Amino acid sequence: MKAIVHVVLKKDVLDPQGKAVEAALRTLGFGEVAEVRQGKFFEITLDGHRDDASARLDRMCEELLANPVIEDYRITIPDA
Amino acid sequence: MKAVVVVFPGSNCDRDVAVALARCTGCAPTLVWHGATSLPPCDLVVLPGGFSYGDYLRAGAIAAHSPIMRSVREAAARGIAVLGICNGFQILTETGLLPGALVRNAGLRFVCRPVDLRVEGDSPFLAGFTPGECIRFPVAHMEGNYQTDPETLAGLEAEGRIVLRYVDAEGGVTEAANPNGSVAGIAGITSASRRIFGLMPHPERVIGDELGGSDGRRFFAAVADALA
Repeated sequence: MKAIVHVVLKKDVLDPQGKAVEAALRTLGFGEVAEVRQGKFFEITLDGHRDDASARLDRMCEELLANPVIEDYRITIPDA
Repeated sequence: MKAVVVVFPGSNCDRDVAVALARCTGCAPTLVWHGATSLPPCDLVVLPGGFSYGDYLRAGAIAAHSPIMRSVREAAARGIAVLGICNGFQILTETGLLPGALVRNAGLRFVCRPVDLRVEGDSPFLAGFTPGECIRFPVAHMEGNYQTDPETLAGLEAEGRIVLRYVDAEGGVTEAANPNGSVAGIAGITSASRRIFGLMPHPERVIGDELGGSDGRRFFAAVADALA
């Protein structure tokens, strides 16, 4: 089974990369861009199907994929 | 003072800090590979600067889970002093041995230059300096922007754990003097016990006038005196 994990900086943490991308998009003429937040995307393939997959993915995020001090994460299991 | 320098894949200041310790304290440290599962008896563990694991995922994130880090956490819990310089500071925050996080510099540029720093509070690591004294170490980093939540910051301030701040020539904490956007001009913090110290600047790069300064020599010599 596959899982998708998105990791983004928390709302109150300044995202200078997102700001730079936001400014570049406006410079390109995309004036409708109000804000850009840049994050990370992980596609994780798991062996077999586990009933506790969601809980295990939560632990993966807490222990390594995200830094809970500055980042939030979102787990999606598309075919669940 | 017996010191250990941990070497991670991608560390690049490990030899510099080993030379600095040997020259400034008269005692050469032991270098320990990150895959080791135990530390030799020591008074100080140094996590050096560099780009452990190529800064993959987040700076210091993968190194924080290296086999040796379990022993470093145990040593810290026993009161052994731990010093994290630059990437070592990032590893200490990722490990949770120090609070907060070091994120991308606000200016999105790698900064590499000498900076003025003000010493504050009491810490065995800064015993060589007078509180309020301004010193100069170089910085060289892309992720040195220290961030933490307001409650943690207030706690660090109240407990006097912000022991090194970026300042201007007059000793003031200003935006212009801040190379990376760190909250409250933070360049270095200690644990509540004062036995764990993380800083972004590199004292090992200024251990003699031929290197552009000798504040690093005073730093390491005093650390050895304080921890011996």
